[in-house]
Amino acid sequence: MSKEEKKVNRRDFLFTASYTVGAVGVGAVIWPMIDQMNPDKAQQALATTEVDISSIEPGKSITVLWRGKPVFLKRRTSEEIAEARAVNLDDLPDPQKDEDRVKTGKDEWLVMLGVCTHLGCVPLKDKGDYNGWFCPCHGSHYDVSGRIRKGPAPTNMEIPKFEFVDNNTIKIG
Amino acid sequence: MSEQEYTPTSKAGKWFNDRLPLLTLGKHLTDYPTPKNLNYWWTFGGILTFCLITQIVTGIVLAMHYVAHADLAFASVEHIMRDVNYGWLIRYIHSNGASMFFLAVYIHIFRSLFYGSYKSPREVIWIIGLMIYLLMMAAAFMGYVLPWGQMSFWGATVITNLFSAIPLVGDSITTWLWGAYSVDNPTLNRFFSLHYLIPFLILGLVVLHIWALHVPGNNNPVGIDIKKPSKDTVPFHPYITIKDAFALLVFMIIFAGFVFFTPNVLGHSDNYIPANPLVTPAHIVPEWYLLPFYAILRSVPDKLGGVILMFSAIFILFVLPWLDTSKVRSAVFRPIYRQFFWILVIDVLMLGYVGAMPAEGVYLVLARVGTIYYFLHFIVVMPVVGYLEKTDPIPMSISEPVLSGGAEPSLARKVNDKV
Repeated sequence: MSKEEKKVNRRDFLFTASYTVGAVGVGAVIWPMIDQMNPDKAQQALATTEVDISSIEPGKSITVLWRGKPVFLKRRTSEEIAEARAVNLDDLPDPQKDEDRVKTGKDEWLVMLGVCTHLGCVPLKDKGDYNGWFCPCHGSHYDVSGRIRKGPAPTNMEIPKFEFVDNNTIKIG
Repeated sequence: MSEQEYTPTSKAGKWFNDRLPLLTLGKHLTDYPTPKNLNYWWTFGGILTFCLITQIVTGIVLAMHYVAHADLAFASVEHIMRDVNYGWLIRYIHSNGASMFFLAVYIHIFRSLFYGSYKSPREVIWIIGLMIYLLMMAAAFMGYVLPWGQMSFWGATVITNLFSAIPLVGDSITTWLWGAYSVDNPTLNRFFSLHYLIPFLILGLVVLHIWALHVPGNNNPVGIDIKKPSKDTVPFHPYITIKDAFALLVFMIIFAGFVFFTPNVLGHSDNYIPANPLVTPAHIVPEWYLLPFYAILRSVPDKLGGVILMFSAIFILFVLPWLDTSKVRSAVFRPIYRQFFWILVIDVLMLGYVGAMPAEGVYLVLARVGTIYYFLHFIVVMPVVGYLEKTDPIPMSISEPVLSGGAEPSLARKVNDKV
């Protein structure tokens, strides 16, 4: 009996060891197959874009392409800034101060991904109930700071990483 | 598979059949005992097989001329339309073929719902069928992306962004699906690869679907178990093949009507504008066959909630055989369920309609009502009605009509068993 038991244990060990090595092997092969679908080096190389902003008048905006996505650069008027800052934070689905969405001292420049946080459409400017952007796909309204106010989008439009290279150039990414 | 061993008559046939019994399989398929009362709603299995083969054949041909690159895809599709010999015909058959495929599959699914074909012992057939349906939707979506027009691009953007609703890992999954930081050339490339793959996965599942069907045999409009073979059955060939062929011809006339007279009516004109990542079309709508689910998605004012509800609308069908508590299969003998069935049909059609309309005002209200009913139908109506409903007497066999005098079904069966 004890001899038989020993045999079984030995076989169990071999089974477990085989399955384990097999699983590690399969995993090691599967990971490259999965990871090859992530953005490749050519895609990652497009990580930064420099934009000349000298020709943008107050109240106007331009759209540039960064990593295949539109980025809105809006030079806001002082009234628009005042309007964005007068909003009560409790009225916002995703509370965020306008000050936290711009660079200090460069308050007139709103730089954000022009991508609706619902399902990725490009919102239309100067439309909607809040004087900001309106997404035509599923009806999300954004205010003049790009914050979500009404509709299915869960969060404010995203602020990408960016910096002022000099007074006339913004580097996104 | 069949009860008696089959022996080919020719010597060569016997030699081959002993080594690979393909002739036995062929004999099984021709002799396969089929209920003699199958109506024309049962012809859509054959029609769907035709649709799949049509899509595969035209698709292989299109792939010989199409270029899966963001800079060239749109032009290559126009090249197919203008320069390739009969390219316009082949592409219109392929694009309208997708719609005809879905038309047929929806009739096929609702036939199953009406006659209770999903119930025991046919649950596995039903589940394999739903897997085919899911793959069809994936293939159709990816195929729609390939021309790289505005609707292709923005449809792809919206659908892939559904995955970004997943908490924590959503954005990583979306980027992984794209292979870029937005829908871009890597996305187009992989969609082409998968679009070419999926039809063959479907073909494999179709084989399993038919195999699983041939174990219990066909359900029938009366929904009762029958003895096979018996006077209630006919051999598949020639009785069913000729009926299927006639239905297929009628179906092909409608198909040809779309291809030759209104080839673009089911598409969207915005897709003849090349993809532009900076401008979203004013009205994004999916293809008509996805509209009911789109309406469900938009009926919820919450991103994650909408996505969950939309996927639930499909996945709830997988547990349908266990939600339905009625022992009677066919709705012919279920006076209450029958009415709810038609309400569901109207509900799904209405959801499809509001899915095409802007998500505001009365359409939003209708979408919400429709969504609530859709789920109530499966979660509440099916279990409860199955429990409470007094069903009509079921006949004892296909050949014999219901006993006159309104005998109880159970009694009728007992009497018959003794005979």
